[in-house]
Order: sequence, then structure tokens, then C-alpha cells
Amino acid sequence: MTNINKIKALLRKELLLETRQQHTLYGIMLYIASTVFVIYLTMESPDSETWNGLFWITQLFICINAIAKSFLQEAKGRMLYYYSITPPSVFILSKLIYNVVLMLVMSSINLLLYAAFLGSPAVSFLQFYLISLMGAAGLGLIFTMLAAIASKAMQQASLMAILGFPLIIPQLLLMIRLSKTAFAEVFREGVPLQLVMLLAALDILIVLLSVILYPFLWKD
Amino acid sequence: MRLSWWKLTSIFLLVYAVVGGMFLPVPELPQLGETIRNLYYHVCMWFAMMILFTVSVIHSIKYLRKGDYTHDVKARSYAGVGTYMGILGYATGAIWASYTWADPNNPAYASFGSIMREPKLIGAAIALLIYGAYFILRSSINDMDQRARVSAVYNIFAYAMLFPTIWIIPRLLPSLHPGQEGNPALNFNDIDSRMRMVFYPAVIGWTLLGAWIATLKIRYTILLEKKWNNNEK
Repeated sequence: MTNINKIKALLRKELLLETRQQHTLYGIMLYIASTVFVIYLTMESPDSETWNGLFWITQLFICINAIAKSFLQEAKGRMLYYYSITPPSVFILSKLIYNVVLMLVMSSINLLLYAAFLGSPAVSFLQFYLISLMGAAGLGLIFTMLAAIASKAMQQASLMAILGFPLIIPQLLLMIRLSKTAFAEVFREGVPLQLVMLLAALDILIVLLSVILYPFLWKD
Repeated sequence: MRLSWWKLTSIFLLVYAVVGGMFLPVPELPQLGETIRNLYYHVCMWFAMMILFTVSVIHSIKYLRKGDYTHDVKARSYAGVGTYMGILGYATGAIWASYTWADPNNPAYASFGSIMREPKLIGAAIALLIYGAYFILRSSINDMDQRARVSAVYNIFAYAMLFPTIWIIPRLLPSLHPGQEGNPALNFNDIDSRMRMVFYPAVIGWTLLGAWIATLKIRYTILLEKKWNNNEK
């Protein structure tokens, strides 16, 4: 089987697991809904700056919850089985792709709920939607690798947050800055494009590092 | 007891940095006054921290390539001393800022919120948080071999993410801190030539002192391991 086919097969397995164990998927959706609802009750009508900050913090917590399980659910025996059938780079790539897709879906739901409960300060909703998808993909990538690291230690979920927060700061700041373009804030020409390129470069860096470093994690 | 040449160099350079730093002439600037002498201690701490963290990452890479346990001990010790230097960097920076940046009408701690937003401080905070997380990660894995491997992976991953951070954040936020574009201390126009005479030796001296402390820790840890292994037999 070629590597592309292997990735496809692994992705199909993830999807199949997700449809078989629907409670985890619904669990995350409920998590999003209740978080947004709590924010809605505590903040009556946040201004665009606060809205933006809250939105990205919510994205961050959704990401931790959605992705923490991606390595937790793999039992030891099953990891051994993967070990015997795929090279590590293929395995981590399939995880990265799957988590990015998962985050894209969850981030869409999140944005939808935000717009419904708290209104949307964005002048161009579509633009903000695309920016939020980009941010979600970046968060998904970085936390996949951290979940892989944390899955080797005890108290994984909280450890993942500790490991991830310092690393996520530049991305979050870039995303918050970029989001403001959708709020009709005027930027110097070329700056938004520059921010997008920076984020894309960071994402590529994360993928490369994951593919290089994961083989060392995976041996037991 | 005989000391090797680099330890003697360290002692000599630090004596020079302390004596020279206190007594040699410095440029007179209205805002900074004599506090400018803190450059020899504050900036050197950050230099030493980054150099020690870099050495730690190099040992992590070596560990992953060779699997030799001593590299893990070295990576851990250098990271530990680097963190210590970072905390000292914060302490010296806080003293400096309380004389130059803090609002004189309020007590110094009231300016904390606005000072912490400095991009350079954020970068430094991220570096310290990363290595804090690194030690937590280490302590939460019991198996020695696995601990070494997993923490080496995190060390490399985090270090590689730290550099874009240090490069990106200053361009996103406004700053009072010197060196808006790039590195303040390496820019030859930023620093007076009289100060350079003390500053560069001081950087080398503090870094060597950090390495010295780290080597002591490494030897101590390895001896301890040996003792435990002998007791088991």
C-alpha cells in the first residue's frame, strides 16, 4: 500500500471511530454550546475588542478538549498494531489532517453560536469566517503534536494545556491582529497578507517538526 | 584544587565586570542616569539564558540521535541553570524598570500591568513558561528512558517555536524597550564603545559561570545515579 493510501485508510478509521463513538463528538459540541451560553449570560454585549478576545480564547479551549482525546483513546495494544503496519510519519500526518478537519467543523459551530448569541462585530462575516478557519487549523496542528507528547505522561489533559499555552501565544496574537481586518480596522497596505503568510509559514513549520520528531515519541 | 582555564577566565571576567561595571565611565543620559550600569548585569542574564537554552537543545538533539543517558542529564541541567538566569534577568529588569519606566506618581508595582505588555518581556515570559512546562513534563513521567525521550522531543519542538515568537511579537506590539528592530545589544550603533569594553566580557563571564554551575549539577546527578545503581546491586 502506498503512503497516500495508508493515510486514507487511517483517516477512514478515524471517521469510523467517530461515528461509532458519537458521544465524544456530541460531547465537544455540547461543550461549545455551554461555553458560549455561559459567556452570553456573563457578558451582555461585548465590544468588538472583547468579542474578539473571548472568541479566540474559546477556540483555544475547544481545541484542547477536541484534540486531547485523539491520542488518549488509542489503547497501548492498538498503538503497537499501528506501529507494525505504518511508518510514524504517515501516522502523525493522518492525525494532523483529521484534527485539522475536526477543528474546522468545531470552529464553524463555535462561530455560528457566537454570531447567534453575541452578535457579530465583523463587517465582512465571510472574511472573519475564513480567518477563524485558518486559526482553527493552526491550533489543531500545534495541539496534535502536544497531545502526542502529553499522551506519554500522567494527567494528560492539564499537561497539554501547560505545554501548549506558551507555544500558542504568537499564533493567537497574530490571529487576533488579523481578525481586526474583518472589523473594518484600517491596515497599512500589504500587512494583512503578510500576517497570513506568517501564519502559513508557522503552520508549515509545525507540520515539519511533527513529522521529524514524532518517530522518536512513538517508540516504546 | 586546580581550576581549568575557562573557570579562571570566568572568575577574572566577572571580577572585571563587577569592578569595571561600577567604576568605569559611562555615557550620561538624562533618563537613565547611573542605572545604565545595569546593562552589564541585566542584558547579560538574557544572553546567558538563551545560550544555555541553546546548549540544552543541542544536548536534546544529541540524545535523540545517540540515546546516551548523559546527554539527557546535560539537557536538563543546562535548562535548569538557564531558567535560573532568566529569573535573575527578570529581577534585574524589574529593578531597572522601577527607576526608569514605572510611573513615579504611583508605587512601582502599580505599573506592572502596563510594563508586562512589553514584547521583550512577553518573549522572555514565554521562554520561562516553556521551560517550566518542560520540568513539569519531566516530573510526570516515571520511566527514565521514556522521560528522556519525550522531554527531548518537547525541548526541540518548543525551542523551534520560540524563535518565530521572539521574531514576530515585537513587530505586532509597540515597545519602550530598546532594540525594536532586532537585537539591541548586538547592534553596534545602539551601545556606546566605552560600555562595550565591559559589556562583551561580562556576557562571556556570566555565560561561563552558568556553564560552570551546570557542569557541577551534571556531575552531581551522574554520581547520584551511580550510587543508586550500586545500592541496588
